[in-house]
Amino acid sequence: MIINVQRTGPSTGLPTRTQQADLLSAAFLSHGDTKHPILLPGSVKECFELTQAAFDLAERMQTPVFLLTDLDLGMNNWMSEPFDYPAKPLDRGKILTAEDLERLGGFARYRDVDGDAVGWRTLPGTRHPKASYFTRGSGHNDAAKYTEDPEEYQAVMDRLAQKFEKMRALLPAPVVVKGGSSQNRKSGIGCVAYGSTDCALTESLDQIKQRYGKDVDYMRIRAWPFAHEIHDFVASHDRIYVVEQDRDAQLASLLKLDLPAAQVTKLRSILHYNGLPVDAEFITAQFALQEGL
Amino acid sequence: MATAAPAPKVNYIGLPIVDYRGGKSTLCAGCGHNAISERIVDALFEMGVEPERVMKMSGIGCSSKTPAYFLSRSHAFNGVHGRMPAIASGAILANHTMTTIGVSGDGDTASIGMGQFVHLMRRNLPMIYIIEDNGVYGLTKGQFSATADLGSRLKTGVVNDLPGIDTCALAIQLGATFVGRSFSGDKKQLLSMLKAAIAHKGTVMLDVISPCVTFNDHEGSTKSYKFMQENDEPINEIGFVASFDDIAVDYDSGEVYEVEMHDGSNLRLRKLHEDYDPTDKANAVRTLMEAQDNNEILTGIFYINTEKATFIDQLNLVDEPLATLPESLTRPPKSALDALMTALK
Repeated sequence: MIINVQRTGPSTGLPTRTQQADLLSAAFLSHGDTKHPILLPGSVKECFELTQAAFDLAERMQTPVFLLTDLDLGMNNWMSEPFDYPAKPLDRGKILTAEDLERLGGFARYRDVDGDAVGWRTLPGTRHPKASYFTRGSGHNDAAKYTEDPEEYQAVMDRLAQKFEKMRALLPAPVVVKGGSSQNRKSGIGCVAYGSTDCALTESLDQIKQRYGKDVDYMRIRAWPFAHEIHDFVASHDRIYVVEQDRDAQLASLLKLDLPAAQVTKLRSILHYNGLPVDAEFITAQFALQEGL
Repeated sequence: MATAAPAPKVNYIGLPIVDYRGGKSTLCAGCGHNAISERIVDALFEMGVEPERVMKMSGIGCSSKTPAYFLSRSHAFNGVHGRMPAIASGAILANHTMTTIGVSGDGDTASIGMGQFVHLMRRNLPMIYIIEDNGVYGLTKGQFSATADLGSRLKTGVVNDLPGIDTCALAIQLGATFVGRSFSGDKKQLLSMLKAAIAHKGTVMLDVISPCVTFNDHEGSTKSYKFMQENDEPINEIGFVASFDDIAVDYDSGEVYEVEMHDGSNLRLRKLHEDYDPTDKANAVRTLMEAQDNNEILTGIFYINTEKATFIDQLNLVDEPLATLPESLTRPPKSALDALMTALK
């Protein structure tokens, strides 16, 4: 579980200023075909809640999990609702004990026996002759043995892709802040954002309503890979503003990789990346400019 | 009438040596690393360590492939280049009741992993860190590594013009509490050293000269079999008596440095160098530095300290491994969170 409190890059950038420009690097960090799930809290309280979710997810799905917040959220003082005590027990995921191994007669570390693309594991120190396995960075088969066999290698790669797909439904769902999809929509225009952009965007939507009489629907994204609700939200609107705090439209880029081709052209970007937290006036002005208001 | 096969010899906990073996080595025939793997098997077998209670850690390189060739019944983690110390530290903190063996190489340790290595040494985590040291990068055509001795020559004629890093002197200076050097070709010394290492509580750093038969075993190399056979100069002769062994040994106390190990076993170091005291840190470092200046290859146990607190002691960890502590102990109660929230109002 890796928490990245994003500050301004590239390199050391503006080290005491805020940005959201590590999204793509966190998503694909490492060699080869690598993808990491990312959780995106939008408030101090949500940092507390999604950190717990990230630990559970890391063990349930047996994967590194990134939690991306930003300097504005991570270092400045915020008013917050009190944190709630966790309602669920810790999730250690799929672990076999010595008794399980005795009953099963052994196990294959990376074999998908349950159809969820996640193998069972054992903890080091489990007292059973069949408990051990070898964790390696190099190619392996489903029994954790080294292999360069094309089919065995590809089977592992395909299982990992499948595991990543399954995470869409397990990650924190997006929050509909205003309007919604299909019959719940209030406008043909929608916007998406994540993290500390939330407060400024919420205020901006009020300004837009007040000044231009326009409703804009808003969905706050809380995780990648994207939940199907995000696809539905985009499909339910004529155009979608992606509001984010980086130069290269990284959230919009991830969306473009994920959405069907016909939906991609709906995306428009509002980008803020001067090191200061984005404010409502900036978003409102950019929106008005792009809408020709 | 068939005669029953004789029962295999078993160790102190009733296991045959086959339970300590691993997969077939894919390294070159004659590679020193294979001999070290064999000694690790022998040492854990003779010490009666439960294979399931061992963790094998490694980085990248020929050396780091070897955990696949011993103790198949132990959990193993093959990390990335030079990052084994961080992974091992995490694993040990999660379960400090395990016997942890880290296998690294001179490239993995003394170049890309140096930053991690020095911090591992100063923490005194309970683990055995072995450098299988051949002075070259065997997986990438045999370029010199940072432990290659000054003046050593490659097959291509290239002469090493930078001083080698003495990982033993460094480990002693940084805080490792059991530091020795051996040679893969010296079965007896290496086995005794490994057995004592298993009995030690704290960080053991062993630099084992392990000739690379493909790239660094020729005339002009200072890490070849021939060079080591001619120049290996033991500083002490290691005698190890495990806690469960009942062997009385007669010796002249003036010639032997005796160390009582944490687990009740006994380490007896017969002095071969004039009055060498393996508990004198400054002298150990000076001896190694002088040896390097004189082109001597000293082997033996250079330094041992059985008193220094381990990282586990310093952190005051509970006896039960963190990995298996129940949630009732790891998650603070609701009242603790409520109190915190009230305090922030």
